[in-house]
Amino acid sequence: MSGDHSTYTPATGIEKWIDSRLPLPRMVHDSFISYPVPRNLNYAYTFGAMLAVMLIIQILTGVVLAMHYVAEVSSAFNSVEKITRDVNHGWLLRYMHANGASFFFIAVYLHIARGLYYGSYKAPREILWILGVVIYLLMMATGFMGYVLPWGQMSFWGATVITGFFSAFPLVGEWLQQFLLGGFAVDQPTLNRFFSLHYLLPFMIAGVVVLHVWALHVTGQTNPTGVEVKTKTDTVPFTPYATLKDALGLSVFLIAYAWFVFYMPNYLGHPDNYVMANALKTPAHIVPEWYYLPFYAMLRAITFNIGPIDSKLGGVLVMFGSIIILFFLPWLDTSKVRSAVYRPWYKLFYWIFVVNAILLGWLGSRAATDLYTLMAQIGTLYYFAFFLVIMPVLGLIETPKRIPNSITEAVLAKKNKN
Amino acid sequence: MKKLVTSLLPLALAAGLLGGAAYAAGEGHDLKEATEHAAATAHYPILKPEEMDWSFAGPFGHYDKGQLQRGLKVYTEVCSACHSMNLVPFRTLENLGYSEAQVKTFAANYEVQDGPNADGEMYTRKAVASDHFPAPYANEEAAAASNNGAAPPDFSLIAKARGVERGFPLFIFDIFTQYQEGGPDYIHSLLTGYQEPPEGVAVPEGTHFNPHFNAAMSLAMAKPISDDQVTYDDGAPQTVEQYSRDISAFLMWAAEPHLEERKRTGFMVLIFLLIFTGLIYLTKKSVYASKEH
Repeated sequence: MSGDHSTYTPATGIEKWIDSRLPLPRMVHDSFISYPVPRNLNYAYTFGAMLAVMLIIQILTGVVLAMHYVAEVSSAFNSVEKITRDVNHGWLLRYMHANGASFFFIAVYLHIARGLYYGSYKAPREILWILGVVIYLLMMATGFMGYVLPWGQMSFWGATVITGFFSAFPLVGEWLQQFLLGGFAVDQPTLNRFFSLHYLLPFMIAGVVVLHVWALHVTGQTNPTGVEVKTKTDTVPFTPYATLKDALGLSVFLIAYAWFVFYMPNYLGHPDNYVMANALKTPAHIVPEWYYLPFYAMLRAITFNIGPIDSKLGGVLVMFGSIIILFFLPWLDTSKVRSAVYRPWYKLFYWIFVVNAILLGWLGSRAATDLYTLMAQIGTLYYFAFFLVIMPVLGLIETPKRIPNSITEAVLAKKNKN
Repeated sequence: MKKLVTSLLPLALAAGLLGGAAYAAGEGHDLKEATEHAAATAHYPILKPEEMDWSFAGPFGHYDKGQLQRGLKVYTEVCSACHSMNLVPFRTLENLGYSEAQVKTFAANYEVQDGPNADGEMYTRKAVASDHFPAPYANEEAAAASNNGAAPPDFSLIAKARGVERGFPLFIFDIFTQYQEGGPDYIHSLLTGYQEPPEGVAVPEGTHFNPHFNAAMSLAMAKPISDDQVTYDDGAPQTVEQYSRDISAFLMWAAEPHLEERKRTGFMVLIFLLIFTGLIYLTKKSVYASKEH
């Protein structure tokens, strides 16, 4: 694509026949075989393939699980147990799906971190980045609603807490919360609509993924130098080069996934979710799934009122704001240099950002104490300062290192150094 | 990569030493002090569960059938008086090493309600292999009413529904050691943990002190089992310690009946993936050998 001439030549009669009617094989050939990719892509560029595979695994296992699942409050919990106990290989389907969600998020966080490090969101890839944030938001919604379906204690109370956030908005808050729940509290209507949406959203994700890949193939991939492809020597064909690197990254990723699915399938879950939902019994400590913890920490960090905004609304705004802000990243970063490799100061602040995000995640899992709340407040401050202060200012004052003239030059320089 | 490993290694070691030291200090603590601390912070249990050696732990874990049979005996003779096990059908007891006929005979010891019959009447009949363990109480309210207001929890999933938070850095090590036995460890510690409260510690009326209970310093259930209460016919010691181990293992089986199949399958999957990864690696290496990147 991106204006290149197609190199596809139909070899047989049937291929010619199809090609002149619906050139789908041509599209696949041009997008995944002859498609030129920068020759210096490293393993940080293999997370996209893992994400595609995880989406497929989740949809396949999910469709089969839905054949056995019962979205009814008195049966849901037992129907999930029936799947793990009595359905042929039901335990495998269920554990693949539950741990698949976590590994989907592991891959997406690494993918986002790669984008932040190599400046993948900068012109001309703004739409590509924004579509990615849309996918991430859809994943969060899907993951949350999926966690409610087994109807355990954490499912129920997590749903209660999270939908409760919406009641913080002035005027429309209460209406909005009841609209989401289908009533005044988490109950049968909530479970039914969450099941319906949990089945719908992955297909919406798949749709946005198509747009995401389309946008990627228009602009081409970034690369560790951040220098755009200039000549033919800067690229290699997608197959076999990128295909094999993706395959290697993917199979290492699958080893980690299998480790959890087969040997510690409940490690990432919470024991309380093996207790059936009980509206009269609040668990001692309600925690969301691990992949929401940094945002949960930021929500709880706002313990003070700001003018007319009370602490509850403030927390909710901070939590939603922490994700909404990602949409504006292409315009918040003022640096002309894409890759952190040539930005010594950005590199430092980037790694602090990563450590800070992990620390916020850990704080999100703790019961709030004075010390932890203070730490979460500092962490929240840094999270927002990174995007709103460091990114705009650093681009103006930082002196980047010398940038190579081309990808080929960078590759050859590295070779000579070794 | 090498740099990363060498810089992370001392960090991990230091964290491990610190964690170990903190743990050791916790054990040396006076129980009274620990109890008061837990009460002040509302952070339970007072003592972390003791880590036991379980036959079903680790990548090659498998259930010890003799142990499961003893555990079943403890459940039927002691626990089942109050605790239901709604999700477990008798037919699955064949996995404990019993024959089909033995399971039939075992099930026939129980009466279950069935019906309505052609006359519209409910009736009771002897249980068959496809029936589940009948619950000791008609409903949760009845269970609570007979037990000081606290309904005894169902046992089908209890070994996965309990677990004490491991804390940093143990929760990281657990990924590599495959520690998944928090439930059985907890049950074993709870059953062997009944004791007199430390001097000066007041326990709420009608409850029993146990530093291993995860929600308070004491619980409604009195010490449920004592030495020689259940007769074993395989020569295993008839002690509370042994009973607790056996029932914990049995409850793990009840919660996770496909554990052995899961681990066995996992081993084959991992072997496949490792070989596959190796082949992909070699292919990738040879393809890239002719190209600087």
